[in-house]
Amino acid sequence: MVPFAGYEMPVQYEGVKQEHLAVRGAAGLFDVSHMGELLLDGDAAGAVIDELITNDASKLTDGRALYTCACNEAGTILDDLIVYRKARDRWLIVCNASNREKIAAHVAAAAKGRCDFEDASDRTALIALQGPRALEVAARAGGDGPALGELASFALREAELAGVTCTVARTGYTGEDGVEIFCAKGDAVALWRGLLAAGSELGLAPAGLAARDTLRLEARLSLYGNDIDETTNPLEAGLGWTVKLDKSRFLGKEALVAIKAAGLARKLVGFEMTGRGIARHGYPLLDESGRALGICTSGSPGPTVNRNIGLGYVKAGHAALGTKLLVDCRGKPIEAVVAATPFYKRPSR
Amino acid sequence: MSEIKTDRAYTSDHEWAKTEGGVVRVGITAYAVEQLGDITLVNLDIAAGTALAAGKPFGTVESVKTLADLFSPISGTVVEVNLALIDKPELVNDDCYGGAWMIAIEPSQPSEVEGLLDAAAYGKLLAQ
Repeated sequence: MVPFAGYEMPVQYEGVKQEHLAVRGAAGLFDVSHMGELLLDGDAAGAVIDELITNDASKLTDGRALYTCACNEAGTILDDLIVYRKARDRWLIVCNASNREKIAAHVAAAAKGRCDFEDASDRTALIALQGPRALEVAARAGGDGPALGELASFALREAELAGVTCTVARTGYTGEDGVEIFCAKGDAVALWRGLLAAGSELGLAPAGLAARDTLRLEARLSLYGNDIDETTNPLEAGLGWTVKLDKSRFLGKEALVAIKAAGLARKLVGFEMTGRGIARHGYPLLDESGRALGICTSGSPGPTVNRNIGLGYVKAGHAALGTKLLVDCRGKPIEAVVAATPFYKRPSR
Repeated sequence: MSEIKTDRAYTSDHEWAKTEGGVVRVGITAYAVEQLGDITLVNLDIAAGTALAAGKPFGTVESVKTLADLFSPISGTVVEVNLALIDKPELVNDDCYGGAWMIAIEPSQPSEVEGLLDAAAYGKLLAQ
């Protein structure tokens, strides 16, 4: 257990690689209760949110969610979020634990006088059930479990699971199928134990944050604080698909329009090591002749793809697939090549 | 409690040093392996014949999560490097006190070996 953003976090249970492979091969259970949950209630809730995010919340219908960035005036990333429309006048935002205070204050200020706002993070637990057999596990957990397979990707519903009243969303951060389950803090242990018992014959394993990190990296899902932060914009981070410049207005829009018009100076790319080395967060990226190109933002062995992989920002002219790079591994330049992402894509079943 | 062998000496950096004839074989302890997790890369940046001073780095061990430097527990001349680990880093997880030794050193100051922790003292260190 290690402290993170005020929570004691389970980094690993049986071992990163074992947990990673359990999620890819069967299913894993993650306690991600550190994530922030912000509730907005009222007629204006959807409009308040839409002004703060790059994606288009007006396109959501009841029971649907979307992934988005929230930018500042300069068009750089305050946080990446999932925004859920529970009903026309009831919305949920899930933010990163490390940004919770900042985002809660930001959203509360926008909501003031227009709709109700509550930071429900302290009373809400979040358990992620992920993997090709995740929905089978849910189906064995009683209550509404058997019906959850009908939930579409990025859809959510109220449900009872393992005797616990919860909200279930078909979302995740591993590159696998699965659900994320919100419940009251006091019910989390019962839900966790109920799901573990339901999955005992299906290969379900508890998985920690270290495995969550390698899983998300293989799936090229951004980690705030590593790949994106207030010095990066969504366009260079490969999150341009979340930026809807045709929206009438949102915070950071003018800046992003200008950034797009000027062209990107750098891009976040995936790379794989071709030499013997493992790239790590913060290692410099160089061109073939050793000139500085940028920086590695995430890197590790990829247990499923069986290669040493990474993400990093490089000058725009060096972002094409197949471009050769050097990673400065603590003074040793090790060869790498810009590679297609996601490094891992789940087989269609 | 991690396994500790009584037939060798230890350092506070979680390495072991085992005297065999005139040479001292060096590796990392079970505790170190448990802390690192699945080991995926071993770099031994040193060739046989090289002189090495006590406390100097001679390589790195990397796991999925992190990286650890390897430091020579004693001064001397490297007489053997376990190149098998380059292609089979997982040997360190399987057999850290045996087949996954890292280097063998001919000590130049045998008194340094005496100065290392014995198994009991290393056990105490882990218990802290």
